[in-house]
This record gives sequence, structure tokens and C-alpha cells, in this order.
Amino acid sequence: MTGFNLSQILHYQDLFLSGVLMTALLSCIVMFFGSIIGILGAVGVRWGPRPVQYALRAYVEVIRNTPGLIQLFIVFFVLPSFELRLPPFHAAAIAFSIYFGAYAIEIIRAGLDSIPRSQIEAGQCLGITRWEVFRHVICMPALRNIYPAFTSQIVLLVLGTSIASQISAEELFYMGSFVESRTYRSFEVYTFVCAIYLVMVLILKTVFAAGGRILFRWPAHD
Amino acid sequence: MALLEIANVRKSFGSLEVLKGVSLTVEPGEIIAIVGRSGSGKSTLLRCINALEGINSGEIRFRGEPVRQNMKNLRLLRQRMGIVFQSFNLFPHLKVERNVTLAPVLTGKVSKADARELALEVLTRVGLSEKIDAFPGQLSGGQQQRVAIARCLAMSPELMLFDEATSALDPELVGEVLRVIEDMARNDLTMILVTHEMNFARNVSTRLIFMNEGMVWEQGPPAELFANPKTEEFASFIRATKQA
Repeated sequence: MTGFNLSQILHYQDLFLSGVLMTALLSCIVMFFGSIIGILGAVGVRWGPRPVQYALRAYVEVIRNTPGLIQLFIVFFVLPSFELRLPPFHAAAIAFSIYFGAYAIEIIRAGLDSIPRSQIEAGQCLGITRWEVFRHVICMPALRNIYPAFTSQIVLLVLGTSIASQISAEELFYMGSFVESRTYRSFEVYTFVCAIYLVMVLILKTVFAAGGRILFRWPAHD
Repeated sequence: MALLEIANVRKSFGSLEVLKGVSLTVEPGEIIAIVGRSGSGKSTLLRCINALEGINSGEIRFRGEPVRQNMKNLRLLRQRMGIVFQSFNLFPHLKVERNVTLAPVLTGKVSKADARELALEVLTRVGLSEKIDAFPGQLSGGQQQRVAIARCLAMSPELMLFDEATSALDPELVGEVLRVIEDMARNDLTMILVTHEMNFARNVSTRLIFMNEGMVWEQGPPAELFANPKTEEFASFIRATKQA
């Protein structure tokens, strides 16, 4: 092993690029479906009928207190025994959405809880519908309150997609491992892959910070 | 017909009975000031009137229509009565204009195109037209409370409820809010005010109500009531507020 030499692994730039795109795509899909689970789940936990509340709580507790890797394996290796065979990428998207959704429920629920009762009452007293109260009174302040936590959770998600390599989903880390096995340049490969993850997350955080500045223009404390 | 009829209303929180059979009739144009010690049930009564709290027994009628928490058109009823809270409860993320016009637009009282004009009109009435594009967080407490009043006015309510509207304000900001309420009183708007401002209650109300132990203890024209309290409870309450 002589010095730090990137030239060899850069032969595989197409693989890295496709890995980056896969990681980004997987993250976006999971962010989308996980957030939908999170919103609906949080509303269900907060306002749903009792059985729905219990079911959602059970879901949140089970997912948040078991290893994500095992959840991924269950979707990929166990579901086929029930005649449900999924390609790695699909399995990862589903497993991570379920995983991210559980965390999103907790975060969004906390956001809903953070809105004082008096705000909801003020809305009700104006004679607007419950949905309108949710949409116009609760939504944006709640979103602002959870924004930092939600951003961190998405960062964890992007980094966590690397475990999809364990079921051969061809995302960034999988590609890195593949290149490493061809070149034996472990130091370069993993440093390089790390740097790519870092750049991706920094871009993501910048985008979210800018989004926050556009969305939340009102003074922080009223 | 009476605007509001409250008949023998009882309300408990757990084992604590807060309203022990309150009866009260309010005619259009009346300005009712409700005073009393904390815990006497004033605020609870107000919150029962627009069904923020349900009642255990008795009846509340608004223009002859019974008010119940589970009624189907509670929403329509609430559009006809405004309530101003102690802590303003403006929506922090909406500019003053949107705070004021949210309900009129959503309920179809005013078109989106005419909303700003409506906002200007009601904000002018509370002396804050220049703050139309401010966020609540950029206003003083007194200004926020005046916007909250404008928010109610924008719905052209038939009845206004004030739940200790000046209690959370710094002393120097109380006056501006009271002046706005006084101005509304001159415009024949029916109002029920729960208040600790005894002078204001005496000068502005057409009828004063002293609540004690969850009941209407004494009521009548304010000057008369203050001059000749009929019960020792009210007399001692007047003495206590004078010392403060």
C-alpha cells in the first residue's frame, strides 16, 4: 500500500455516480412515503379512535426499538416465504419507509402537541372547520417546531440507506464496497465514499435551511 | 326576543362544581360586566356560552336556539359570537391582515379580493390600520389584543365575549384596549365582559353582575350596585379591589 492514490478508483466514477443517484433516489422515495406515514400516523395517534391509536403506538414502539437492519432483512428474506419476492431496491424502499415513518410519527406528533390548546380554541371560536383549524392554525407553527428534528432525522435516513448494501441494493456504499473488492484500495475508497456522503448531507442541510428561511418568516416568539 | 338566555346552568370539573345554577338573560345592546373573585366561575361561564366548555345541566339559548357542545351547527353559531381571550391567541405565523380575514374568507363572508379592504376597515376601528402587514410577534401586547378584537369584528358578531381581555397586559397598555372596547360599546354591540377593571365595569357596562361561588350573587345598574351592595360578599369584594 503506497500513499493515497485516488486515480485507480476514479476509473469507477460511473459506478460511484450511479451509487449516488441510487442513494439520492432511495432517500427521496423514503422521505416521501415515510413523511406521509408520519403525517397520517401522527394525526391518527392524536385524533384517531382508540384502536387506531393503540395500533399506531405498537407500530412506533416495535420499529423504533428493533434494529433497522433486521427489519430490512425481514422484508427482503422473510417476505419471499409468503410468496412476496421484492428486488433489493424495492425491499429497501419499503423497509426504510416503514422505519422512517415510525420516527416521523413521533416527531410530527410532538409538533402537534407543541401547539397550545388556546390556539386551537381560538380557531374553533372563529367558526371554521376542524380541517381548516388544522390546515391554517396548527400546520405551519407545528412544522416550524419540528423542523430541526425532522431535518436531523432525514440526515440519519440518508446515511442509514447505506445498510441497503447488505441486501445488494446498488446504492453508494454497495458501489464503494464493490470498487474496494476490485482495487483493494480500502483507504481511498472508504474515504472517498465518506466524502461523498458528507457533501450530500451538507447540500441537503443547506437546502433545508433555505427552505426553512422561506417557510418560516414570522418572528420566532409571539 | 332575548339575545342570550342562560337558565340554571351547572358545570363541574371532576368533583368541583364551578357553576352552581347560573341564570342570566341578555338583551340586544346590553353591556354586561361580570366581576368576582378568581374561582367564582366568571370565565367558565363565558366559555360555556360559546360551548368551549360543555355544561352538565341547564340550558343556554342564543337567539332562541339551544347551544350545545355536540350540536351540528355549532360552527355557524360561533361565527355569530366573537370571543377575546386574556392571552390574545393571535396566529403567530399569519400577518395581521390574514389573522383578521382568515375566518371571513374561509366562511365565505368576504371574497379573497375584498379581504384586504375588510381588514383595513376593522383595523381602522381599533386604530391599527398601519399594522396590517405586521406579524403579531412584532406588536405590543395592547396592539395584539386590539388585533384580536378586530379579528372578531371582521365576522360582524351579534355578541362579543371578553375573557379578562386586559389581565395579561402591562398597566400602561390597558387603556388603549379599554378605549377600543368602550368605542364598541357606543356602537350598540352587545357585549359580555369578564373583567378585573372595576372602574371600567362601573363606567361602561349597562348592567353589572357580581359572581360568587358559582352563582350570580348580585346584579343591577353598576352605579346603584357599587353605591349600595346588598350582600356582605359584594361589599367586601369592593373593599378588596379598592385596596389593590
